[in-house]
Amino acid sequence: MSLINYSSREINVKIVYYGPGLCGKTTNIQYIYEKVSPDTKGKLITLATEMDRTLFFDFLPLELGKVKGFRTRFHLYTVPGQVYYDASRKLILRGVDGIVFVADSQQSRYDANIESLYNLHENLAEYNLNLDEIPFAIQYNKRDLPEIISVEDLEQELNPKKFPSFEAVAIKGTGVFDTLKAVAKSVLRNLS
Amino acid sequence: MVRTNWKVFEEDYWAINTTMKELLGNSNSTSVLLLDKTGQLISSVGEEPEFDMHSFASLCAADFEANAQLAQLIGERDFSTLYHQGSNESMYLARVEQNIILVVLFDKRTTLGLVRLRVKKAVDNLNVVIRRLYDKLEYENEELTESEFDEEFAAEAEMEIDSLFSD
Repeated sequence: MSLINYSSREINVKIVYYGPGLCGKTTNIQYIYEKVSPDTKGKLITLATEMDRTLFFDFLPLELGKVKGFRTRFHLYTVPGQVYYDASRKLILRGVDGIVFVADSQQSRYDANIESLYNLHENLAEYNLNLDEIPFAIQYNKRDLPEIISVEDLEQELNPKKFPSFEAVAIKGTGVFDTLKAVAKSVLRNLS
Repeated sequence: MVRTNWKVFEEDYWAINTTMKELLGNSNSTSVLLLDKTGQLISSVGEEPEFDMHSFASLCAADFEANAQLAQLIGERDFSTLYHQGSNESMYLARVEQNIILVVLFDKRTTLGLVRLRVKKAVDNLNVVIRRLYDKLEYENEELTESEFDEEFAAEAEMEIDSLFSD
């Protein structure tokens, strides 16, 4: 649910990073926070446990600058990945304009990816939404680790509809901006 | 339907701001913010806070929503107001219509009683404006959207995105 204020000429849009626990959602946001210029970013908010696991969400506001006179902002959110935080995930999806699904490429996380994607479908359905009508991209993260699933197999299992997908090593920044750009452009194109 | 783009038009924005400024003055508070339940800041009046307002708005929305879930667990629909008391600064949050939250920041120059009283009146006024805005959005003029957000907008946005998001 983008907010367009015709009087102050502002547009705010919300992009949510979804995925199983420890797949690298927060790492994506932290990399973006470190790399964008200081005058374009707000405070990075992290509601995490002592073990650095996201408890409620991470939040990063980014200022795109003026587009045709509209001051345009992206609000990036991550959801907590663990299964038992479903109520929090549902709340964060409220009013979402675009979604990045971060998949963990490790073989041991195969089922966790499928379960999380299924959970995303279910939670979107509660808001009468589905992935066909909302800008969406998949990121295959942790491509630098041993014992990972091939991209072909991941595509077959997680992305049969061929949404835009990107290989990534979020901790090094590889693929982070490519993924965000794809969704951000699609969200703003959706306004026109 | 959740995913209706929400737009604030000139006339409504000024009506909202007038009510918020009145509340700021008659409650003697330091800042008044209006946001929606997704955490988007709609407007703010009063002293410019030193913190990032957009992060603050997202946390306020999360606070309100988490409390609404707690309310439901005990059989309430939600809590229509919340109060957080600090030793110097305090916050009072109130629900306006279904999707909007009013946040008042205040200090020792006023009292909770006065803030609560003035907020009640302000919420009534804001309800009228927001309902009118919702009606307008339901029957909005499609041409307005088309004229502002055309191909040129999309192309310009893409250029900005490329320049902002680069390693």
